[in-house]
Amino acid sequence: MLRDDVPQHKSSTYAGHKKVLYAKNAEGSYETVQSSGWDVEEAATLDAVEQYRLWADEAAVAVRRGEASPLMYHMYACRMDLPLLSQVSGIWRWRIRRHFKPPVFAGLSDTLLQRYADVFNIPLAELKKLPD
Amino acid sequence: MDFQHQQAAHCESGVISALLTHKGLPLSEPMAFGLASALAFAYIPIVKLAGQPLIAYRLPPKYIIKGVCKRLGVNVRFRKFSNPMQGAEELDKAVSAGRLVGLQTSVYYLPYFPEEMRFHFNAHNLIVYGKQGDDYAISDPVFEESVTVASRHLNKARFAKGALAPKGLMYEIDNIPDTINWQKIIPAAIAKNCKIMLGAPLPIIGIKGIRYLSKKIANYRGDAREQRLFLGHIVRMQEEIGTGGAGFRFIYASFLEEAAQKLNNDFLKTMSDRMTAVGDEWRAFALAVVQQCKKSENIDRVSLAQHLLVCAEKEAAVWRELKVWAAKVGK
Repeated sequence: MLRDDVPQHKSSTYAGHKKVLYAKNAEGSYETVQSSGWDVEEAATLDAVEQYRLWADEAAVAVRRGEASPLMYHMYACRMDLPLLSQVSGIWRWRIRRHFKPPVFAGLSDTLLQRYADVFNIPLAELKKLPD
Repeated sequence: MDFQHQQAAHCESGVISALLTHKGLPLSEPMAFGLASALAFAYIPIVKLAGQPLIAYRLPPKYIIKGVCKRLGVNVRFRKFSNPMQGAEELDKAVSAGRLVGLQTSVYYLPYFPEEMRFHFNAHNLIVYGKQGDDYAISDPVFEESVTVASRHLNKARFAKGALAPKGLMYEIDNIPDTINWQKIIPAAIAKNCKIMLGAPLPIIGIKGIRYLSKKIANYRGDAREQRLFLGHIVRMQEEIGTGGAGFRFIYASFLEEAAQKLNNDFLKTMSDRMTAVGDEWRAFALAVVQQCKKSENIDRVSLAQHLLVCAEKEAAVWRELKVWAAKVGK
């Protein structure tokens, strides 16, 4: 890649930051060049972000219908899925799946809920409901 | 502390390059990457990220630091902690003694990361070079400027759980060797990298792994949305997680160029140009994937699979020539 070919697409995913790439200058030797983003990379990243948002939206609908607990919403909102939440919290998958049920979730101790809240990096009170 | 922050393309090679340079052994990022024989390819379906297989374009975390230090004969001290309190104390001790410390952290809990880049990735590397009040002065090699992070955020990021959990990992350079025999270690590092790319016993590693992924693309089952997610994931692993710009191929080409200068060797310069062309091909592949995914009609998976095979064969040719050269020089 030549220095002039380094994309400068000001990707929203970079949030104004710049990455460094290695590219060739006019003399044909490598140097570092800052890039403000590449459309191709941005599209892929936004797709991935979008997927979690989609899951979170679906979960939010289910929570409002009383079919799922807010735990499911917060998991997706924090860009996690079940295997990841299980790894990060150290709570077995089948237990987490149970906690997705509103009646079970309502009966959970604050100690256990705090473990989830810590993983999501949100206050305990927020974990118990959907965001406004 | 007298420490100069420098932006790098990749966190791990950037951190080790900065640590060694600060210690008195100036080493560029591509040189660190190349000496660690860090270029790789692996398609690992049993490790899932949001339901998608792990695709790596370099060695697993920590191998760059270990590899380059072993190659150079540098002593580096790694420490992990079961108790976060103790981990924080030891970090404070080292920092107040004026030592430069490398850390492994999660990306998700670092507040200075842009929102859309904050995924759960546990093997991010950064340098702590000071502390003022409750804030750590941090040099994160993939950012333009140094940053500060409150201790509670940093502690959380150091002790995040899950796959590749950092367990508070901190590392320091103990001492560096007096002399370095470039004539010996550069061919040795290249030979090792040839082995990784050409000689891995598993069909999912190295060039074989690239061909394997190509087959996966051609035979992928699933509806249009799933296909898009899978293909988009490949691009993300290559460009975003793997430092924009064709997953490390350009860094390696830069290493070959530097090696050519150090050893006064024209062959390596030619190989650097060839590796650059390989990187360009990977970039063209990423572009083709995203163009296909944006189309409303059917995704042409067969043409994408073929394009990836072109990447594999182009790259294989470079490694084969490097292998012959390294075997000759290493004698």
